[in-house]
Formats: sequence, structure tokens, C-alpha cells
Amino acid sequence: MSPLAGYLILSSFLFAIGLAGAVTRRNAIIVLIGIELMLNAANLNFIAFWRFSEHPEALTGIMFVIFSIGVAAAEAAVGLALIIAIYRHHKTANVDEVKSLKG
Amino acid sequence: MPFIVKYLWLIPVLPMLAAGLSALAPRRHRAFSASLAIGSMVISFLLALCAFTHVLGMHGENARQVFNFNWFQFGDQWLQLGWVLDPLSAVMLVMVTFVGTLIFIYSVGYMAHDENFTRFFTFLSLFAGAMLGVVIANSLLLLFICWELVGLTSYLLIGFWYHKPSATAAAKKAFITTRIGDMALLLGMVWLYSQSGTLLFYKDGAGCLEPSSLSILISHRTIIGVSACTAIGLLIFAGAVGKSGQVPLHVWLPDAMEGPTPVSALIHAATMVAAGVFLVARMYPLMSAGAHAHHTLQVVTWVGAITAIFAASIAVAQNDIKRILAYSTVSQLGYMMMGLGVGGVAVGMFHLITHAFFKALLFMGAGSVIHGCHDEQDICRMGGLRKYMPVTFATYAVGMLALCGFPLLFSGFWSKDEILHAAHGWPVSRIPFYLGAAGALLTAFYMTRQVFYVFFGNCRLHLGRTTTSEQWTVEHAGVPAKQHPHDELAGEPHETSPIMTMPLVVLAACSILLGFIGTPAWPWLQKFLGGEVGGFNSSVISLMVTSSIIVFIGLGIGWWLYGRRPLQQSEEPDPLEVMRPDIFHLLENKYYVDEIYEHTIIAFNAWFARMCDALDFWIWNGLVQLIAFGTIGLSWVSRFCDEYVVNLGFDEGCKGAVLGGKGLSRLQDGRVQNYLRVIGIAMAVLALLLIWGIGLS
Repeated sequence: MSPLAGYLILSSFLFAIGLAGAVTRRNAIIVLIGIELMLNAANLNFIAFWRFSEHPEALTGIMFVIFSIGVAAAEAAVGLALIIAIYRHHKTANVDEVKSLKG
Repeated sequence: MPFIVKYLWLIPVLPMLAAGLSALAPRRHRAFSASLAIGSMVISFLLALCAFTHVLGMHGENARQVFNFNWFQFGDQWLQLGWVLDPLSAVMLVMVTFVGTLIFIYSVGYMAHDENFTRFFTFLSLFAGAMLGVVIANSLLLLFICWELVGLTSYLLIGFWYHKPSATAAAKKAFITTRIGDMALLLGMVWLYSQSGTLLFYKDGAGCLEPSSLSILISHRTIIGVSACTAIGLLIFAGAVGKSGQVPLHVWLPDAMEGPTPVSALIHAATMVAAGVFLVARMYPLMSAGAHAHHTLQVVTWVGAITAIFAASIAVAQNDIKRILAYSTVSQLGYMMMGLGVGGVAVGMFHLITHAFFKALLFMGAGSVIHGCHDEQDICRMGGLRKYMPVTFATYAVGMLALCGFPLLFSGFWSKDEILHAAHGWPVSRIPFYLGAAGALLTAFYMTRQVFYVFFGNCRLHLGRTTTSEQWTVEHAGVPAKQHPHDELAGEPHETSPIMTMPLVVLAACSILLGFIGTPAWPWLQKFLGGEVGGFNSSVISLMVTSSIIVFIGLGIGWWLYGRRPLQQSEEPDPLEVMRPDIFHLLENKYYVDEIYEHTIIAFNAWFARMCDALDFWIWNGLVQLIAFGTIGLSWVSRFCDEYVVNLGFDEGCKGAVLGGKGLSRLQDGRVQNYLRVIGIAMAVLALLLIWGIGLS
């Protein structure tokens, strides 16, 4: 098994865990954490493929990941703001209880 | 065109106008309607006199003047009507208006107690107008129209007291029986029109009674071998048979006595029943056309002769004062028809004119008797009225002697003698003469019987008890019995008021005087009406003697049976009944003719009506019901389809959509995490598909 494959397996495991968490957990913040995990797994993928590519000095992978982390942070802030707004309205952070858009 | 000919239509129209105005008047305006009626009749009488004097001045064929006008157009033909002024119509006009005026005046007194006074005069005026229309009509169509109007007014007047079922039945019987004759008349009319192209009698040579048209009719042979002329004549005569009460259609006339007595006098003695005789006289050129044969006139003669003897025999056994006179009228009408058949227009019309006067006199006298005896009509319950009603007795005696044909002084003698003289000389057979002579004997006999029953002997009147007709009225209509405020001696008959006796006196005078216009020594009427004038020779004298002897024999037998010992009690049987009860009962029941008709023709008619009703109910009605049920069935099928096929399918489809929607809507539960789950699974499936897809390719 090549080192690239090892990194890819790690990032896929991370992604899976993050997906499982986002899909299964009741608390909204844990769902956010799962989403962060999924993002970061994708970042790892990017770094792995950059590190083991033909031109590692181009720094393309690192640039992409830094932008991604910045976007993830901004998105986390927005997500938290949403959760606080939802909490203010529904008085609960349990995603199972927020069903006012039920059709 | 002289004034009177152009305005001849005023004579019938004035009484009709009076009838119309009187119909609009309220019931309490009695003087108004009576004066309208009498006034219009007087004016018509004056106009008729003008017409008569006008005709007197003309001679021969010029004496006939017509006025024809177009009525309406159909196709390219014009239907024309018109009126004619000739000696025949002039004489009838004067007679009808004069007798009519007298009877109108009489009715004012007779119907004074009746509450429907105005209605009576309305109908009387309408009748008078229609009868005058019959007289002046120059077109068979116009004659028929007025003929039917006369029949209608007769129906209305016979059934005047409509709360009596016997009166309504009699009115219906009269109308239906005359209708049978009218149907034949209509057939004859249509045939005549198709053969000759016109219904006008006289039209400058083109009318249907003029020689050109008659020759066409004579030459045209019908399928049974008689000429069209004869057949049409027979059909038209059938109409006269109905209207004039000849055998076999005589059954309505005696029942028509249910009407008030002025009606009986005017309609069923003097005028309407004379309309049939007048029709034959008017159509005489048609009936006598053809060199040989004369079939029609032979039939006319035989029917007239049979009727004369038939009705005279029935009159012998009747007990109702008016019914005796009714059968007498039928018998005398038979004489008139016989006279027309054997002797021509002049002979028949002479008897018609004299008969009108003395028969109206007799009926009005009978009405006076009935009125004075407080509506008693049975002669067995009268008697000795000579003392109580002298004027009525005197005039009634004059009328009775005129009817019997008492020699020399009374008009009936001269007119009946003309008929017997013509019958004696009839080339075909002598039998009508013998029948006529026998009828004259019977006439004298039954009139003597009647006069002795009513006017001689002791008074058998049951006063204090209500008479049968009054009793019926009280029981069935709740109408109080008539009040007689002027009856001081309650329990005695009384003479009637002058308004009723004056016309009697006038008519009595006429009954005597009118005979002299037609005696063989001075045959003025015969020349006037254009008949052949036989000479005044020995056969005439011997015939006069013979008929006088017959009359005296009749009067003698009547006196011997009824005059020597008049009936004492009203329940005693008639002397004839005692002698030969079987014949008496046969005559009393009118030869059972009514019963025969009842069981044959009327039973058939009732059966036929029931058959038609059954046909209508089961077949036509059944068809309609079937169609209705078919429609209902179709609509039921349609509803079934709609309910189960359309609705169900549609409903199930909708339910499916709703269920599907409900199912799908469960996916949308508003929980974001579930959406994420679905995205995850879908992504995994897609990735697998992608990998395996690449792997496979």
C-alpha cells in the first residue's frame, strides 16, 4: 500500500465519521462538528494528492486548503449563528424537534 | 237595385242585434230586454211588409231579386253569399215576423214570474234573427249557417229551465236528432257544390237552382242508378226530415214540450219546424227536376203521408195538453210535406202559413190554460174551464176548428182541402189521399177529445196541492214554488191577463181570415207563389163536401165519446182505454219508438263509445305509457352509468392521487437531518454506480 493510499483511506474514514455524526446525532452543534470533519477530510484529500503529485513546489494544494479552511470557518460562524437563532425560536437545540416546515 | 232588396239583411240582423244587446244587460233590466226584442221584431215586421208590397208589384219571374256578395276567396274562387226576395221569402217573412211579434208580447206576460226573463228574450231574439236568415238566404251555405243557429237556439230554449233533468235531456235529444238530419243536409250541400260549382240558388242563370245547373245534375248518374239530382234532393230532404220532425226523426218534438209554452208556440209550431218544409219549398226546382222519375218528390209525399197518420194516431191517447198539440204539429207537418210532394210549392206553403197561425194560437191558448191552472198540464186534471176562462176558450175553439178543418169559415179547411185535392189527383198512387183523409178524421177526433176534457164538464183541478212540475222544482232545485199574488180565489183557475189574451184574439182573427186568400174561387196565394191554378170545377166541390163530412164524423165521434158524459174524476180511465186497452196503451206509449231507438241505436252508440274509450285507454294510452317508461328506463341506465362507471373511476383515481400524495408528503417532514440522510444514501448509491460502471466499461 502506497503512502498516498494510506492518506486517502484516512481521509475517507474521517469523512465517513463526519457523515455519520452529521446524519445521526440529535444535537445541532454535533451536526456542525460532523460537517467540519467532512470538510477537513476533504482538505486532507487535497493535501495528499498535492504532496504526491509531480510538482509539489507549485503550492496549489496548500493554497486551495487555506481557502477551504477560511471558508469552513466562516461557514461555521454562520452555522452557529443559525443554531442560536433556531434556539431562540424553538427553545431547543434538538434537530428532531425542529419540524415547522413539515409538509 | 231597390232599397228594400239591398237592405233586406236588416230584417234578420235587427233581432240578432237585439239579442246581443240583451245578452249584455243585467238580469233586472227586464223592460229593456223585452222592449228591445219586441221593438226589433216590430221594425222587422214593417220591413217585411215593405218587402211584401214590393214583391206584389212585380210579376212572374221578375218577382225574384237577389243580392249576392263575395264572402271570402280561396284559391282563385270566391265564395259568395246572398239573399233573395221572391214571393216565397216575402210570404214567410211576413208570417214569421208577425207571429213572432205576437208571441214576444205573449211571453212578457207568460214569463213575468220567471227570474231568467232577460235570458229568455235574448234567446228568442236570436232565434227570430236566425229564422229570418233562413228565409231570405240565397245561398245553401248561408241557409245552413242560419239553420244550425236555429237548432242551437232551439236547444237553448228547450233546456231553458236547465235545473230540470227532463228539460236538459229533451234539449239534447232535439239537438242530436236534428243533427242526424243536418249531416245528410251537409253531404247534399257538398255534393251539390262539387257538381254545380256554386251554392247560390239564383245568380243570373248560373245558380244551382237554375236550369243550366239542373240539367247537369239530372244527366249525371250516380253508382246506384239514380241521378245526382235525385240523390242530392233526397239528402237535403233528410235534413228537412230531422228539422221538421218527420218519421223516423220525429222523436224529439214531443219531448221539446219541456220548454216554456211561448217556445213551443214559436219554434215548435210556427217557425222552426216549418223551416224543413221551407227548405223543400226553396229547393223545389231541384226536387222536381227531371222529366220522368220525380223520385225525390215521391219519397217526400210518402214520408209526409206516413207521418201524418202516425202522429195523429198517437195524439189520440195522450194526456198532456202540450203533447197532444206536439203530435198534432208532427202530423200537420206531414201534411205539408205531402202537399209539397203532390201539389207543389203553393199547396204546401199555404198550409204552412195557415198552420203557423192556428197552431201558435192553440199553443198560446194551452199556455194560457196552464198558467191559469197554476202549471197543471194533465188534461185529466182539468175541466170546466169554459166558465173561468172565456176568452181563452173562445180563441182556443177557433184554433181547434181551424186545425180540424171545419168547412168554409176557417183557414185550415181551405189549406187542407188543397192538399187533399192535389193528393186525390196524384198520378202515382191514391194511398196518400186515403191516409190524409184518415188523418183528418183523427185530427178532428183528438182535438174534440182535448177540448171536451179541458173546457167542458166539472173542474177536476187539484188545487191546494202543488202540481207535479212544481213539486219537482221544489224538491230538486230548492226553488220556491211560484207565487201567484193575484190569486184571490185560491182553489179556482183564473183567466189570464190581457197581455196574454190580446195576441190570442189577433191570431184567432187571422185563422179565420187567412183562409180566404187561397180558396179555389179566388186562388190568390197560389198564383202569387207561382203554382198551377186548377179550375173551380165539380171535383173540387165534391172533395170539399167529402172532407167536410169527414170532419163532422170526427167531431161527432169525439162528442159522442167525450162530450155527452165528460170525465168526472181525474183518476177515471179514458173511454177509449176502457174499450180497447191494448191499442190505447200502444198509442199512449207512442208505438214504443223511443224504446226501440233506445235499445238499438242508442245501445249501439253507447257500446261503440265504450269500445272507443277502451281503445283509447288501453292502446293509445298504453303506447304513450310505453314510450314514457322507455324514456324513464333510458334515463335510469344513464344515471347508473354516471354513478357507477364514471363516478367510481374518477373517485378511485382521485383517491389514489390523494393517497399517493399523503404517502409522498411523509417524506417532507421538515427535519433537515432526514433530508441529509437521503442525500447521503443517494450519493453512496450514485458513487457505487459510478465505480461499477467505470469498472464494467
